Amino acid sequence: MRRAAWVLAVLLSHWRRHPMQLATLTIGLIAATALWSGVQALNQQARISYDRAAAMFGGARTAMLIDPAHPTFSQAAFVDLRRAGWPVSPVLEDRVQIGGRSYRLLGIEPVSLPPETASASAISQRELRAFIALPGQTLVAAETLADLGLAPGTTPRLNETVALPPLRVQPQLAPGVLIVDIGVAQRVLEKPGQISRLLVAQTTRDPGTLPAAIAGTSLQWIAADRETDLERLTDSFHLNLTAFGLLSFLVGLFIVNSAIGLAFEQRLPTLRTLRACGASARLLNGVVLIELVSIALIAGLVGLIGGYVIAAALLPDVAASLRGLYGAQLPGALSLRPQWWLAGMAMSVLGALAAAAASFVRMARLPVLAAAQPYVWQQTQRRWLLRQGALALAMLAVAMAFLAFGDSLLSGFAVLAALLLSAALALPMLLDGILRVGAHGARKALPIWFWADSRQQLPGLSLALMALLLALAVNVGVGTMVKSFSVTFERWLDGRLAADVYITPASEAQADELNHWLDRRSDIAAVLPGARAEIRIAGAAVELIGLPDHATYRARWPLLRIVPNGWTRLRDGDAAFISEQLSRRLHLDLGDRLQLAASGGDWSVEVAGIYADYGNPKGQVAVNVDAMLRHFPDTAQRRFGLAVAPEHLAGVMAALRDHFQFGPRQLADQATVKAESKRIFSRTFAVTAALNTFTLGVAGIALLTSLLTLSASRLPQLAPLWAIGLTRRSLAAIELMKTMAVAFVTALLALPLGLLVAWCLIAVVNVKAFGWRLPFDIFPMQLLQLLGVAMVAALAATLMPVLKLARMQPATLIKIFAHER
Amino acid sequence: MLDVIDLTKTYRSAADTVSVLRGVTFHVARGESVALTGESGSGKSTLLHLIAGLDEADGGEIRIEQTRVTGLPDAQRAALRRTRLGLIFQQFNLVPSLSVADNLAFQARLAEKHDAAWLAELTARLGLAAMAKRYPEQLSGGQQQRVAIGRALAVKPALLLADEPTGNLDEATADEVVHLLRDLVTRSGCGMLMVTHSARLAAMLDRQLRLSGGYLT
Repeated sequence: MRRAAWVLAVLLSHWRRHPMQLATLTIGLIAATALWSGVQALNQQARISYDRAAAMFGGARTAMLIDPAHPTFSQAAFVDLRRAGWPVSPVLEDRVQIGGRSYRLLGIEPVSLPPETASASAISQRELRAFIALPGQTLVAAETLADLGLAPGTTPRLNETVALPPLRVQPQLAPGVLIVDIGVAQRVLEKPGQISRLLVAQTTRDPGTLPAAIAGTSLQWIAADRETDLERLTDSFHLNLTAFGLLSFLVGLFIVNSAIGLAFEQRLPTLRTLRACGASARLLNGVVLIELVSIALIAGLVGLIGGYVIAAALLPDVAASLRGLYGAQLPGALSLRPQWWLAGMAMSVLGALAAAAASFVRMARLPVLAAAQPYVWQQTQRRWLLRQGALALAMLAVAMAFLAFGDSLLSGFAVLAALLLSAALALPMLLDGILRVGAHGARKALPIWFWADSRQQLPGLSLALMALLLALAVNVGVGTMVKSFSVTFERWLDGRLAADVYITPASEAQADELNHWLDRRSDIAAVLPGARAEIRIAGAAVELIGLPDHATYRARWPLLRIVPNGWTRLRDGDAAFISEQLSRRLHLDLGDRLQLAASGGDWSVEVAGIYADYGNPKGQVAVNVDAMLRHFPDTAQRRFGLAVAPEHLAGVMAALRDHFQFGPRQLADQATVKAESKRIFSRTFAVTAALNTFTLGVAGIALLTSLLTLSASRLPQLAPLWAIGLTRRSLAAIELMKTMAVAFVTALLALPLGLLVAWCLIAVVNVKAFGWRLPFDIFPMQLLQLLGVAMVAALAATLMPVLKLARMQPATLIKIFAHER
Repeated sequence: MLDVIDLTKTYRSAADTVSVLRGVTFHVARGESVALTGESGSGKSTLLHLIAGLDEADGGEIRIEQTRVTGLPDAQRAALRRTRLGLIFQQFNLVPSLSVADNLAFQARLAEKHDAAWLAELTARLGLAAMAKRYPEQLSGGQQQRVAIGRALAVKPALLLADEPTGNLDEATADEVVHLLRDLVTRSGCGMLMVTHSARLAAMLDRQLRLSGGYLT
């Protein structure tokens, strides 16, 4: 034990003499752990939230009975099944508007509620009476209460008319949900005797006999699912986040690997001396392992704190992204489980061990005596480059295989990962080739040295340059995708927002009054009524929207493909346009027929057009509004668009506000809606931009730390040049030029790679994740900008070691020649 | 050719002050080989570094072919080293990324004084012709030191400064290197100041200077 302690003390003395190396090692581990655990904290937070939603009264965790063709069915089924001894419980659900915002209203029957659903939302016996008895209660999460801007005990009003029971905060409820007694729900939703589903409690009875019990009814048995729709929908988003986290983690490990590799090289003589003095290889390996794990644990802890800070900072943006893309609600405060802390520490330790693996292997095989070097650096480097090249080719083959045969979101990400890894592995070979070409043209002493030395420096810099390549390529890829999305989204908004003014009356009475009022106005060019309903197709919720037959829509609706006379067919009522994601999901093409479950019976329509519906997690079907109201007479027509000449716009808006007292959520002009949509869009991708910046930042740190650690070992190579007549300033300038040159070439190589990444994201990952494909655009200014950012990052990383060299005291350089060095 | 006049150098640290040179004066003539001996820490290397313009003296004067080295700005001292001095170190200090041929020609090319015929003669005299394409790490210590000597002489310096050039070599190789140095110095007509611990090697040169307690004795 004392021997081990003594060996450890000797090994630790290395860090005292090389504090910068220790800093590099810990910075790498901290950055890797912080970014990885930060992203995982966000994922965990989201999963906790989905669990809360899923475990709540009739989420996907519970088996249930539904009517696949209709949103509701008679509660007589509940009575019949209870009489037959089945432990079922009714739920009525719909979306409601409070203060202009949309919430999910759930009506439950607490007495028959399956016990397993109560785990996340228990109502105690004492609370049961208050919940059922008049005036009842509306249970909400604390976040929902804050969102409503109401105090506990107050009564929220649906559509500003119908009052709900007083509010009470119920911990563990999902945000955005209001829970009331089913009787209250049936009353306020005007659906007496109707229920949306029947929850089936876990029972000792054979569930296989249930189908017989419901035979002859339109009900369908839905087994309990371990993964919810929301989880499936958001999988891609979390996979995306995880991919970013993993990339940052790997970039961080590059730093760790280079620091450990350098420390190993510099400690070789010490290790040999220790071996020569009688320390066994096993003892040495053990002590180095203890040293590394200790450093990893300390750095991991700091990294976890950093990860918490990152997650807390990004949570609002992630919540906005999930809300914008999938309608998922996330609470505003971060709550982390012990597993997160343990996993973070484990990642730090395992990452450090992985980064140190090569050094460990070399140390285990270390001969006590230093062998003569049989190979020159060029031969060693050639072998290394060939090995890297072979690996790069292998990874490229893997990427091509996934592209050709993969058919899932995961395979899409696998294509990306293999492609990036292949490019990173090929980078040193490409750079070496370029430097070799440069060396051929050199005739003078300095250029000859410049190229030769740059080549020799490659192994030391390659990991940092790989990190830079990966970070830049991902930046270019994600940046191009987001920009493509942004441009497409704006074009699409122009098409979708065809009307000049949008009105959502608070009630049907107000809608009637508005209709009459609009008829009397001469400053309104056209009234474009709209309608919206939710239907189920193939068991999934789909939006049905009604479009008016108007020239504006014909000219601007963002159709991707349409049959001849498609708009005329739509007006006739026997055709529909469908969104791209629904077309992909149901494999529907132009000319195919679609059955819409209307209240008066099935409505068969032909697919006459496919349109873009970016960012909508649900499928959508667009039909003529008049035809829709004929088939769905219960649909409230509470959406109006107005075509108004620009000179009349301000007057019409003012008149509507004065007459109907419309708030901003009920009345908006096109410019306001567009601005709001763009704001939501920007917010949605804010987290991507933040992670992009983080990744580039870590790559910058990787370059800086590599250069700093290299700078010490470079002195013996630079000092002789100074001695034979190059000034420190010239040497510093050459060093700057060399690093900037390789960084520039790396950045240039990152541009086509990044565009390839963007293509993968747009054509492979996006299609699998969201069900729609964007047009692929290249934005030269954005690429130039990123190139500039990369060079600034490289300059910032290079400047410190170069300035150190330029200002180095002659005494330091002289030490290189001194015998006591 | 080299005039050192009343040169002083003191190292100051928080703990103490050490006067390494306390008024050193001497002269080296063209074609003359001078050995500088003395105990460890007597200031031999410091004196050599001051003459090479690698470090700055506190007082006194150094002249190389009438050029006053003391007081020259950094860039001009670098130019002086590049064009008129040849430096040889105990650690060889070759450029590892360059081949033997490129190392040999490096300083001469840098000084724009490349003379292919002279370099060829040097390469032959140093016995390096067969290993021109090798890299420093493939050479033995003696071979590496010969490359360092070739690099220093390729520029046809006015003065060759050698700091323990045989410190890393065995006795036979050391003798061979010093003989070679003497021959080449005579052949090129430059002056040489060589720091050495070895009285035997010092005796092989034209004259000996001994540094002790900061003075020449």
